[in-house]
Amino acid sequence: MAEGSTTPDSVTPPVLYETVIRGGGMWSQVIKRGKTLRLTDLEGGANVSMLLYNADQLVERYNMPDTLKGQHIFFLTAPFCIHSDMGRLFCSITADTCGWHDTVCGCTDAAQVAAKYGTKTYQEARNDFYRNAHDNFLIELAKWGLGKRDLVPNLNLFSKVISDEEGNLTYVPGASPTGSYVDLRFEMNTLVVLTPCQHPLDPSPDYAPKPVRLTAFQTEPPGPDDACRLSRPENERAFTNTENYYRLRD
Amino acid sequence: MLTESSLDPANAIYDATVLAGDHWIHQVAQGQTLRIVDLEGNQAADTLFYNAHHPEDRYSACDTIRNQANLYLTTGTQLISSGGNALLTIVADTCGRHDTLGGACSRESNTMRYALEKEYMHACRDSFLCGVTEWGDGFLGKRDITCNINFFMNVPVTPEGKLTFEDGISAPGRYVELKAEMDVICLISNCPQLNNPCNAYNPTPVRVLIWD
Repeated sequence: MAEGSTTPDSVTPPVLYETVIRGGGMWSQVIKRGKTLRLTDLEGGANVSMLLYNADQLVERYNMPDTLKGQHIFFLTAPFCIHSDMGRLFCSITADTCGWHDTVCGCTDAAQVAAKYGTKTYQEARNDFYRNAHDNFLIELAKWGLGKRDLVPNLNLFSKVISDEEGNLTYVPGASPTGSYVDLRFEMNTLVVLTPCQHPLDPSPDYAPKPVRLTAFQTEPPGPDDACRLSRPENERAFTNTENYYRLRD
Repeated sequence: MLTESSLDPANAIYDATVLAGDHWIHQVAQGQTLRIVDLEGNQAADTLFYNAHHPEDRYSACDTIRNQANLYLTTGTQLISSGGNALLTIVADTCGRHDTLGGACSRESNTMRYALEKEYMHACRDSFLCGVTEWGDGFLGKRDITCNINFFMNVPVTPEGKLTFEDGISAPGRYVELKAEMDVICLISNCPQLNNPCNAYNPTPVRVLIWD
């Protein structure tokens, strides 16, 4: 079993869906509660910027402060949970071979990409043109009737950024080796919007966003002794809130 | 960085007190200076800013943090919008550190953080909703409640990635002053939280002043 994992590597349930998103690409789909999405860093050094919304009530969304203060953490790993702004959970991190996922640095936009890497247009580079996470988010969000008002602080999976006592941030290169993966078990019907673009504090001068593989499989509902549920009393109460929500809806 | 202001409250064009648990929403014009005063000390002022003409372009914690590669706000910090624009600049600060990560309390998050029975307690995100509703029909709503600044609040992060709510480093009369780089709407919830030390378990008023 991988470090911090609650999903044995040897037991791999049937794959419901699998796809590879190329670096600079984007993806959005609804994943129902009870399913798990595994994200795999195929080449090492990937960064996946991600936003989450309640698929049945899109105004409920991922909330960085509630996720952090509910668990007294500044980063994510297993067996922590990803919280909405309504006291509920989008998903639990049931496995993680990487160990640190950034929550505070946001995503790249067109101005940052141009300043750091220069410009490469579609006209000259065809589908190798330079993209950025902010614009990719807006493209995907628009397909669900969402827009700029729905952009909130995002997750950056596979990226590690540490803070010193004065709050100065340092990007830690090489935090995600080739093949590292993170499993998100969904507790709510969730619109997942993601884009594998470079981390905004990645000091590399080269535009080289890495691909990520997405694999979905069915998982058992979390029992009373589930490691994510018991990881914090705050998470236990957030599980209760989420389960009460579906008790009324289902 | 501790920096005092030379502005005289006697010359302010606007001067109001926001009681604990109340909200305040007001436009600040480009070039004007806004001061928020922690009158009695250790009071969190949960604050959001919007471009007054395009409110979907609004304060962004992540863009602000990334732009200065630092978590805390103080003199010299530019508050950056979700569209990458400078909304305001902090020009004076007698507290020294303000929080970007703690967000606002809500009745729902109080059930998660403290106990399901805490649901009845007044909370900042209800105050924010009152503020955006008051500002005009449909102009602002829940979608516009994003991750806010907590002026005067102390949320230290360790190199190991732990995050805690600590006693405030503010004191009676300390203030933060911001110069508007564009016309902005300022929305404050003067935090009513009684379950953690962010208000020293005793929420108190803040004062807001504006100079031309």
